[in-house]
Amino acid sequence: MNASTRSAGRTLWVSVRAMAVFTAIVIVYTLVVTGVGQLALPWQANGSPVQNAQGETVGSALLGQGFLDADGAPLPEYFQSRPSAEGWTGTNSYGSNRGPEHPDLVASIEAARAQVAEFNGVAPEAVPVDAVTASGSGLDPHISPAYAAIQVARVAEARGLDLAQVEALVAQHTNGRDLGFLGDPVVNVLQLNLALDELKG
Amino acid sequence: MDWLIAGAGLLAVAVLLAALTRPFGDYIAWVYTSGKDWRVERGLYRVMGVDPRAEQTWQAYLRGVLVFSAVGVLIVYLLQRLQQWLPYSLGLTAPSEHLSFNTAISFVTNTNWQSYYPEQTLGYTVQFAALTVQNFVSGAVGIAVAVALIRGFAYRRSGTIGNFWVDLTRGTLRILLPIAFLSAIVLMIGGVIQNFNGFTELSTIAGGTQALPGGPVASQEAIKLLGTNGGGFFNANSAHPFENPAGWTSLFQILLMLVIPFSLPRAFGRIVGDHRQGTAILVAMSILFVASFAAMTAFELAGSGTAPQLAGGAMEGKEVRFGIPGSTLFSTASTITSTGAVNAMHDSYTALGGMMAMINMMLGELAPGGVGSGLYGMLVIAIIAVFIAGLLVGRTPEYLGKKIGARQIKLASLYILVTPILVLVGTALSFAVPGVRDDVTTTTIWNQGSPHGFSEILYAFTSAANNNGSAFAGITAATPWMDTALGVAMLLGRFVPIVLVLALAGSLAQQDKVPATAGTLPTHRPMFIGLLIGTILIVAALTYFPVLALGPLAEGLM
Repeated sequence: MNASTRSAGRTLWVSVRAMAVFTAIVIVYTLVVTGVGQLALPWQANGSPVQNAQGETVGSALLGQGFLDADGAPLPEYFQSRPSAEGWTGTNSYGSNRGPEHPDLVASIEAARAQVAEFNGVAPEAVPVDAVTASGSGLDPHISPAYAAIQVARVAEARGLDLAQVEALVAQHTNGRDLGFLGDPVVNVLQLNLALDELKG
Repeated sequence: MDWLIAGAGLLAVAVLLAALTRPFGDYIAWVYTSGKDWRVERGLYRVMGVDPRAEQTWQAYLRGVLVFSAVGVLIVYLLQRLQQWLPYSLGLTAPSEHLSFNTAISFVTNTNWQSYYPEQTLGYTVQFAALTVQNFVSGAVGIAVAVALIRGFAYRRSGTIGNFWVDLTRGTLRILLPIAFLSAIVLMIGGVIQNFNGFTELSTIAGGTQALPGGPVASQEAIKLLGTNGGGFFNANSAHPFENPAGWTSLFQILLMLVIPFSLPRAFGRIVGDHRQGTAILVAMSILFVASFAAMTAFELAGSGTAPQLAGGAMEGKEVRFGIPGSTLFSTASTITSTGAVNAMHDSYTALGGMMAMINMMLGELAPGGVGSGLYGMLVIAIIAVFIAGLLVGRTPEYLGKKIGARQIKLASLYILVTPILVLVGTALSFAVPGVRDDVTTTTIWNQGSPHGFSEILYAFTSAANNNGSAFAGITAATPWMDTALGVAMLLGRFVPIVLVLALAGSLAQQDKVPATAGTLPTHRPMFIGLLIGTILIVAALTYFPVLALGPLAEGLM
């Protein structure tokens, strides 16, 4: 065995031990972060779960849901989320990944605009951009205040509530930009719908 | 209004970085120059069997980098192939051979290209005991190589360039680990999850079902960004609300991506004993960053293209909580470093907005680039720049008192050829080899029969060769050809430049310093900053204009 194979062999042995050391360190790191999370921030660390009036966990404050009937048609008594390429299952997460000229994307935007306009009884031009575009994650929990606004009348009618009452709830669940300049103003759809259900009860 | 928001976001990042990079850059310099080992480090050196005081030649340093990385590839490959027997595998079986090969290389090379849907492919053990480990050590390797090159400039008549094992250990223990730990806690406060719950099935209020995903996400998320790795725990990456729940966490993630790369010029200036040199590099990086961000934001806010025009804006693939400026700032930071994380789907960007992501990578990811790789790439460009300036005035070029001779120029020239060759050859072969072409155009590409489909493949090879890891994700990449070709591109795109950089470091360390004369080009003045930027732009433009014309330019200007 010459000197260079010997030193290569030595480097290999050092490398194996080094990798084992760093693996052990990262495992400890992962467990310590988990411990801190579970002890100090258990709600966030476990997915920000939200409960209904009966105390059953019905989702996460951070994950969007589909408010659809068994056939996949939107339920008029609930505010609707943005389109989701993934279908809100939670077992995966993706956007449509269609390019700006993709014929299917063009068709889906046209279809969404017509559907949202008809469903809410508004003019097609009144449908905001987030109502016709799929989010990046397929789990966007938010809609824009503009999309919430065109849904108010339809939800109020379906539930037999005053327009003003629903508008007030929407306002309560509308958050401005983080720190005033990060992102767009948002309405959390699941939390808004939960609040609506509680009104009824 | 949108521009005001975009400007405020950029300003916030700039102010925070301005406050951080000085002290942090000085700290980094101290980490790699301090003569003292921590007690825990001495323990680790004993376990590894290395003498921390023994300096290495560039060849020995390189051997450490290569063998250590090879061991990493092997372990990540094996852990994936053995997945069904690992704890917390969530009932998942082993990924295919070609996918495991691709993923192993991807995480060891700091690329974090993902040909798979993480939620449906990898259990928690592979994620934290294989991938997260590489997120730490591949970042530490990058910084180590950059520091070795800095030493090449700082040392005189030295046969050695430092000790790889010490640089690796200190980078991990003193820089990455403490910041990642604190950042993981900050992210959890924002709502990033950290548990071992698996999927929790629940009934939604409309009577449907949803699975709440679990996992040790925050611990991986922090180092994913800090080490400019970019591999998401979830498929949607930082667009997933459990990885990036809010506008402010997104800003925090952007800061994590940028803080080490933007601090390294300060560390460089400190180690070579002239802060003005570091500042010149920092300014060049900053100018490119701001220009690139402005261009991408302009294209996305303009929202050209059939679908964005029809929808009333380029919101396809973007989240409301980030908006357009919050998405483009993240995309710019991610592709102009070697991170490749996304908080919006690049494939659905406007043609020219998506092109900016590609251009950021094609520039060589230098502004500020990946952890370590950004700085060493920039120093190679500096060598090319002084060489060109030297040609113009007919003098032997020098940089930081080191003569730039034939050997240095050969190494630097080879360096800037590596990734373009990988990108162009990989893309060309995908469409030129008959059997491969059918597979690529019918299986891999989702946007078929359009320039956008070509862009998807071009993006993939650009991302792999530059070790970025982001994607025009409307492709099926888990095919034998794509997994293998991209795997090879990642491997060569990472390690061939490292070989050249360490050879350069060795050749520079051997030289004595020559005193500056009246004929020496000052490398801290605005003119040199202009030269640096000009060199980067000209090299990239000459190399990539034709392929950009076939893809995003054809699509965007049609």
